[in-house]
This record gives sequence, structure tokens and C-alpha cells, in this order.
Amino acid sequence: MSAVTCTGVTKEFGTGDARVTALRGVDMAAAFGEMTLLVGPSGCGKTTLISIICGLLDVTAGAVTVLGEDLTRMGGRRKTAFRGENVGFVFQQYNLLPSLTAAENAAVPLIIAGQPRAKAIAKASEVLAAVGLGDKLKAYQNQLSGGQQQRVAIARALVHDPRLLVCDEPTAALDAKSGQTVMELLKAVGRRPDRAVIVVTHDNRVFKFGDRIVAMADGVVIDEPVEAH
Amino acid sequence: MTWIALKMLTGDRAKYLGIVFGVSFASLLISHQISIFVSIMGRTTYLMKNVQEGEVFVMDPEVRQVDEVMALSDDDLYRVRGVEGVAWAVKLYRGNVRARLAQGNDDGAKGDFRGVILIGLDDSTLVGAPRKMLLGSVEDLSKPDAVIIDEAGYHYLFPGQERKLGHVLEMTDKRAEIVGICEVGQPFQSQPIFYTKYRRALEYAPPERRQLSYIVAEPEAGVSPKALAARISRDTGLQAKTRDEFKWMTIEFYLKNTGIPFNFGITVMIGFIVGVAIAGQTFYLFTIENLKQFGALKAMGVGNLRIVGMILVQALVVGLIGYGLGVGGTALFFQVTQNAIPLKGFHMIWQVMAGTAAVVSVIVVLASLLSIRKVLVLEPAVVFR
Repeated sequence: MSAVTCTGVTKEFGTGDARVTALRGVDMAAAFGEMTLLVGPSGCGKTTLISIICGLLDVTAGAVTVLGEDLTRMGGRRKTAFRGENVGFVFQQYNLLPSLTAAENAAVPLIIAGQPRAKAIAKASEVLAAVGLGDKLKAYQNQLSGGQQQRVAIARALVHDPRLLVCDEPTAALDAKSGQTVMELLKAVGRRPDRAVIVVTHDNRVFKFGDRIVAMADGVVIDEPVEAH
Repeated sequence: MTWIALKMLTGDRAKYLGIVFGVSFASLLISHQISIFVSIMGRTTYLMKNVQEGEVFVMDPEVRQVDEVMALSDDDLYRVRGVEGVAWAVKLYRGNVRARLAQGNDDGAKGDFRGVILIGLDDSTLVGAPRKMLLGSVEDLSKPDAVIIDEAGYHYLFPGQERKLGHVLEMTDKRAEIVGICEVGQPFQSQPIFYTKYRRALEYAPPERRQLSYIVAEPEAGVSPKALAARISRDTGLQAKTRDEFKWMTIEFYLKNTGIPFNFGITVMIGFIVGVAIAGQTFYLFTIENLKQFGALKAMGVGNLRIVGMILVQALVVGLIGYGLGVGGTALFFQVTQNAIPLKGFHMIWQVMAGTAAVVSVIVVLASLLSIRKVLVLEPAVVFR
């Protein structure tokens, strides 16, 4: 079973003369145990597609199955809960909460799930240690480098053991060395047979890390999925 | 999530303090000004507070407020005493006279005449006599030319002087000697209050055909003051009011016939508007600056209801802190000034605190509404932009 399957996905914004078609009948899949790269120029629909895959946007037409669940049949509240349980996010701008420490930031998904704060922070501390930030637990965002902030974000994305990891341009704000470190980390976590990783990127330095590349342009997948290596 | 909401709020110290300041300012201004207003209005009812015996005040039907005296006939006292249910009824004089300081005073005052309020107490019962004497005693009113002055009035006439008895004044060319200093509720117009016996008060008062100001009556056991007042009005044709009715009648007169409520109302409204403006604007800015973080939380599985809850918790906390600081400031003001003569008796009543809490609640709700709306319409997908 694929972790993610999109069939004929179409997404339109606006109405009448202002209507914009962001996705036009997109078919794609992401497998468990693999890192799938979604690549393409700005405005090709990559962000729209992953927003739909995460349940943050609704499709105009088509079918989306994520971890065996048909998202098009889910209501808003169920999608919100589904995301909280099953999806981990790594954002381009990290989106850490500046007033929380690294451990507190990484613990947020567990707190959202209702875990007691102390227990959540303890678990988050373990995950931070696993990504090499065991000595930065009490550091605030402004005390961390860009690469360290992204690793905190990765820890936050993994702390609740999600089956799908979605990363939007995770290396865009990082230098080459930090970007390399982050991608190696994502590659390592994506190797689990029960987890899939989707990375949206237009950074070709990242291509070597992917198991599969899906290229997009103008709202369509422009060629067959390419195995990266 | 409450904990995260509060950390987000206090993490941006400048905005957090800005919001708290806005709410504190509004809370302070509103509670302070309304307290001053209530206290000033309370001063208009000084006679009803100071005359603590007798529950019914009988007066001319045209009287609209306590200082607007229209004299009664001496026969009216007997007519009131003849009404069924009256346990007792006595005379009370209230008038404005000019006092001349026979010995002068030290503050270089312009002229030595002062307008004062003269209260004449029933000769035999002394109903209405001050309860709290600071120097001397009420019994000393039996002495020749004896008057008792209130503490604020003493300092008004003899500024900077230690309290002492024996000062001599002239009222309508008649000698008056201060035999006592008392503490009573101050009048609306900050004039000294002199107490003396009724007979002597008529000697000090300007001569008129009728001089009886009020009749104070007490109902018999089992008769309510309201019922007695109604009966007296019906049987005598005079206006009879219970203590409370007379109090509110006087307050209503001042509310309708002066600019006082309007003036205080404007100040309270300014406090409210400024509070909403500062708190609302700062709160909104705080939300805008944290929009990506709220979007990230939405993406990570926080539903709209919980997001609204987070914002309301933030609003509640700044509201509570701001309210506490503002009302605390007002309480501190009245504590510090409690012995200042011009502000003696001014205080904050619980109704003002409750009303201020209600207004502060409206302020924080309005301040948070814009933020709530902004976050509710936020597309979580914005975090991917």
C-alpha cells in the first residue's frame, strides 16, 4: 500500500474570471520507507499539492488517500485530528515558537495530543538528543543557528512518531553544510518501513537524497516518477 | 495549550506590557472617576447620613433636595405627631448663615466672613447630634453660646492650626463659642457645619416668619418607615420621605440639574475608549506577528476552538492583571488620601469594582475579537508560503 496516493487531483481557487487552476489532474504516489521529492519551479503547484495531502486544503476534484484514509470524505475536525496524530511538519521558516525553549518547542505535538507537559518535554528531550541537540534543550530560538533551529523543527515533527513526514523546502534557509546535515537526518528517519517522507524542494543539491522524484510544472506532473538513484 | 498561550503572550514582553498598560489605564481611570463621582454624590446626602435617628424626614411639598429648604410652620410638628404610627417627631433646623471669625486666623484670608451650614437640633432630645466627637462632647451644647463644628470645617476656618476648643465666632451678630469638634459626613459644598440647639440656631439664623426646616420622625414598632411616610403625607399634606427616598431624591436632583454626571461620564468614556484602543491595537499586533505560529499550530492539529481558547486565555490574563493593577491603584489612592480633608470619606464601593470588572471584560473581549477573527480565517496552508 502506498502511504499517499493522489488520483486526478484538481484544485481551483477563486471563481469566474478570477479563477486560478493550481493543480490539473495530478496523479502521484509516495511509498512507505522512501523519501519522495516533489520538485519544480515556483508556482508549479507543489505547495498546493502537499497542502492537500496534509488535509490543509480541500480538492476541487479527484481522490486523495493518505495512510489508507480517504481525505475527501473527512470533515474538517477529523482532518485536524488526523494531522495531529499522523503527520509531522518541517517548515521552510521553522515556525518555532520564540518564547519556548528547544525542548518545549519539540514537545508541542505531544502537548497538542494531551500529554502532560513534563512527560512531553522528557520525550522531546530524547528526540532532540537523537538529532544531536542534547546540549541545547533549554536554548531559545534566538540562541540557535539556522541548522539547529531546523533540527529542533525536525525533532518536533518526529516526537509524536508520525507515519507521514512532510517537509516544505527544509534547506531553503540554510547554508550548504547545514542543509546537508538536515537532509541526512531526514533520510535516516525516512528509512523506517512504516513511515513516508515527502520533501518539497527546488534545491537540486537535495536531489541525491531522494528515493523518488516527482517533477511538476504548471499544475501537472510533467513526467513519470523518477527514481533518484 | 493554556501554558503555550501564556508563554506566547509573555514572550513578547513589550506587547504584553503594552496590553496590560492599556487595560490598567482604563481600569484605573474608570474605577477612580466613578468612585469620585459616587463619593461626591454621596456628599449631597450628608444630612441623611449625619442625622442617624429617625427614619422619616418631613418637609415642604416643594422641596426637591436636602439643601433646598422651604420652611414649615411650627404647627406642622404637632400635626405630624398626631399621625397614627409616629413614635416621636422632633424639629430640625438647617440653614446657611455667615460666620465671622472674632479672633481672625493666620492664613491671610481675604476678609473674615465665612458661609457655614447651621444645624439646629431639638433642644430636649438632640436628635441628629454627631455620633463621633473628636474634642468635647455633645452635652456641652448646654453651655451658653455653644456650637460644635465638624473637623473639616474647623480646618477650613482655622487652617494649619491644632485642634482646640474655645474659638469664638459671631453669627448674625451673636456670639458663638466652639465647644466641640466632631467627625461627620461632609456636605456637597465644602462648607463648615455647625451644630447647636434648635432655639439657639433660630437666634443665629436670619429672622424669618417660618424657620422650621425639617421634622424628623420615627415609626412605632411594627410600622415600616415607608408606610409611615405615606401616612404622614396623606394625613398632613406635607412631603414625607424615608431616609433612603430622601437620599435618592437629592441625588436625582443633582444628576438632572448639574453637569456632574456628564463630566464624569465623558472621562469614563475616554478611559474606556483609550483602553480598547491601546489593548485592542497591541493585542491585534501581537496576533499578527504570531500568525505564522498560530498557522503552524493549526497545521499540527490544533482546532479552531482550541485556538480561540488560547486567545481568550491570553485576553483573560491581561484583563485580570490590568484590572488588578488599575483597581489596586484606585484603592491605593483612597488609602493614601483617606486623611486628606478635601477627600475625607471618599472611597471605592464594591459596586464600582464590579462595574469596572464588567467594563474591563468588555474591553478585553473587544480587543480579542479582531484577533480571534484573524486567526479563525487563517488558512493553515499559509505556513507553507
